[in-house]
Amino acid sequence: MSRFCKAALAGPALAVLLGLTAGLLPGGTALADGFPGVGRPATPAEVKAWDIDVGPDFAGLPPGSGTVSRGMDIWEAKCSSCHGTFGESNSVFNPLIGGTTAEDIKSGHVATLKRTDFPARTTVMKVATVSTLYDYIRRAMPWNAPKSLSDDDVYAVLAYMLNLAEIVPDDFVLTDRTIREVQARMPNRNGMTTAHALWPGPGLPDAAAKPDTANTACMTKCKPSVQLASHLPDHALGAHGNLAAQNRIFGPVRGQRTGPDEAAADKPPPALTLAEESGCLSCHAVDTRIVGPSYSEIAARYRGSDSTDALVSKVKAGGEGVWGAVPMPPQPDLNDDQVKTLVAWILAGAPAK
Amino acid sequence: MTKLRPNGEATLRTDPLAPGKDVSSGRLRQAPENFLTPEDIRQVGQGRRDFLRASFLTATAATVAATAGGRAAAAPAATTGIGDPDILNPTPWGSSLGQPVAATPYGLPSRHERGLVRRQSPGLTQVAAASVSFAPLQGLFGIITPSGLHFERHHQGWQDIDPTRHRFMIDGARPEFVKTPKVYTMDDILRLPPVSRMHFIECGANTGMEWGNVAVPTVQYTHGMLSCSEFTGVPLRTLLEDCGADLKAAKYVLAEGGDGSSMTRSIPIEPVLSGEVLVAYGQNGEMLRPENGYPLRLVVPGVQGVSWVKWLRRVEVGDRPYATKDEAVHYIDLMPDGQHRQYSSIQECKSVITTPSGGQTLMAKGYFTISGLAWSGRGKIKRVDVSVDGGVTWVEATLQTPILSKCLTRFSLPWSWDGQPALLQSRAIDETGFVQPGYGQLRAARGSRSIYHNNAIQTWQVAENGDVNNVQIL
Repeated sequence: MSRFCKAALAGPALAVLLGLTAGLLPGGTALADGFPGVGRPATPAEVKAWDIDVGPDFAGLPPGSGTVSRGMDIWEAKCSSCHGTFGESNSVFNPLIGGTTAEDIKSGHVATLKRTDFPARTTVMKVATVSTLYDYIRRAMPWNAPKSLSDDDVYAVLAYMLNLAEIVPDDFVLTDRTIREVQARMPNRNGMTTAHALWPGPGLPDAAAKPDTANTACMTKCKPSVQLASHLPDHALGAHGNLAAQNRIFGPVRGQRTGPDEAAADKPPPALTLAEESGCLSCHAVDTRIVGPSYSEIAARYRGSDSTDALVSKVKAGGEGVWGAVPMPPQPDLNDDQVKTLVAWILAGAPAK
Repeated sequence: MTKLRPNGEATLRTDPLAPGKDVSSGRLRQAPENFLTPEDIRQVGQGRRDFLRASFLTATAATVAATAGGRAAAAPAATTGIGDPDILNPTPWGSSLGQPVAATPYGLPSRHERGLVRRQSPGLTQVAAASVSFAPLQGLFGIITPSGLHFERHHQGWQDIDPTRHRFMIDGARPEFVKTPKVYTMDDILRLPPVSRMHFIECGANTGMEWGNVAVPTVQYTHGMLSCSEFTGVPLRTLLEDCGADLKAAKYVLAEGGDGSSMTRSIPIEPVLSGEVLVAYGQNGEMLRPENGYPLRLVVPGVQGVSWVKWLRRVEVGDRPYATKDEAVHYIDLMPDGQHRQYSSIQECKSVITTPSGGQTLMAKGYFTISGLAWSGRGKIKRVDVSVDGGVTWVEATLQTPILSKCLTRFSLPWSWDGQPALLQSRAIDETGFVQPGYGQLRAARGSRSIYHNNAIQTWQVAENGDVNNVQIL
């Protein structure tokens, strides 16, 4: 029996109230042991279809092979538009290739990661395990058609990438066997550490017991002076649009006006504002019948006929019995122009914008 | 206090929402009362009620038009008068028929709240399907994020999966790890005993644009990859037990999504065994929104959002971490020695003041309530301190209940602003005793070239003119 069923029965008061005995409800229905009828065994074919992960020990790697040259053909057809011909493009995604050297391949440490004058960080500079690349290309690439590459296609594309990064030669054939040799040449294979405390389990090899930052809960005279390290450059204040429109329009604070009024484009048409102010929307809605007909119904009835003047008169004088028993009161407060604006808007289908 | 930046000077200002209107003396816009001139009042006294109606319509028309255009009411103000027209005169909403029930069958916020929405940060990513939208923390109350405002992070675009065709599978990296690999439909999952718990979820890259220097103006963009919901689902442990998983041999599980990216993350078995990892379908009483993983996602309390795999289709039980793309290429921390920290996942203790906050303007001197959010991936928030002088002196804030483990906690502190420049900070302490670090302390440990896991103390600079701006203090 699962612990949940036990928990449900654990309260003695509840058991007494319900008259429960030995897992039998009053009607004699057996309480569940486990969850019978919930879920079903997965078939081997189902597991095979979805179990596509490839680990650093190459568990799950499918058999297959691909050449650099075939990879180049696939790359140019399916990958280069986003990643550039040489995997160097930064126009859609971060660049994949670049920033590594022959020396890095020897040491397993990418030296440029220590250079503050080399801000770009390419995938090949960071990735430590070649399995990661195979796994990800197979499950998620090409970006707009994930999982459309065959296993051999993935080998070929990966071979081409590894060749671009000068990890493998032009005539290399990447297979489920040779990929193990590649791992020994990954430029940043020694560049990962698990010596930190930011992991919710104890399982990582070098996991630290304590956080690496510390502060004290000082309350007074905590520092001799306040040192400003950075503030937003003025040109960046408006880079996120008009902050006035990103804040509430009431309360003790308002957003700063930092750009054009984005709400202007969103502004309702004058006729809608007029309809609101004049109380028209008390009885009419665009698509729903409230007291009077919806504006869609009115527009539909008069579509194709030149009935503007008649409707203008009707709105001003009021009507009775046209759409039902409830009469429409006259609208003496509206002038001719306003009524014409309203009627034109209603006959146009009462658009919200 | 020294002048910190040019726009901190007191200058003649106009209301940011009403250009051209000088409000430099007394920033709080008065209610549009007193709109009648003495002559108007005389006419009213003579019984010209039609005149009063015309005046009222003029005043309210200005209000409605201005509000609809994104500007607050700017009705003419006078120094004397008989009162506020919004009190003296019938309001449109109090003197007309309202909308019928179910006019908006799922409900929508007031149109006056339309500024508070999820937003992208321009230039952050090149393609919107692999981007982020930020929750508008500057306008939220309490600790629960409305589902429609919950931040989004997608790696290959969001899908609205047909729940009748969604399947969830549990299998093992090796046959001995799971006795019977099983498939569950949503019908199956919803039959199982549910649990509901409130937890925060924060993207590992939240505040990531600010590692080196200030980069964005508002709390929506600095901290808005943060949300908190009540999640409902089945403990993953229950499902693993149902499949006969060997929970002693298991050291890790791999969670995998059903979308195009088939996002995968390694999760250690410990939080799974504790029962806190949920296979969740409910969020704030409704089903998950598609942008947040409908119909099924993993909930991994205290751990960065990328591990809360959306559109969850499979969990594999294994005995070693998987080094999947997002734990071996992204979401890794570059240390000054050139090494990357891999599998860093816990969101450490952090807090931020949400009001007042960057990009806002204080409307007047006087009383304010400073309020914000605190959270820790290691448990409950124990205390939050607030400073208005850049961290020289601190005052303990009031914590609003409930205070739950791995959940947002709302704090507040009364503040009387005297019109002088101020530097607002909050500093959270969690139940492990960890004290949120300042930028100097964080950079001393990790340098400034990382992207992820920035939990440094945020500073908002209040200038004499009331403008609040984003700054950093070491």
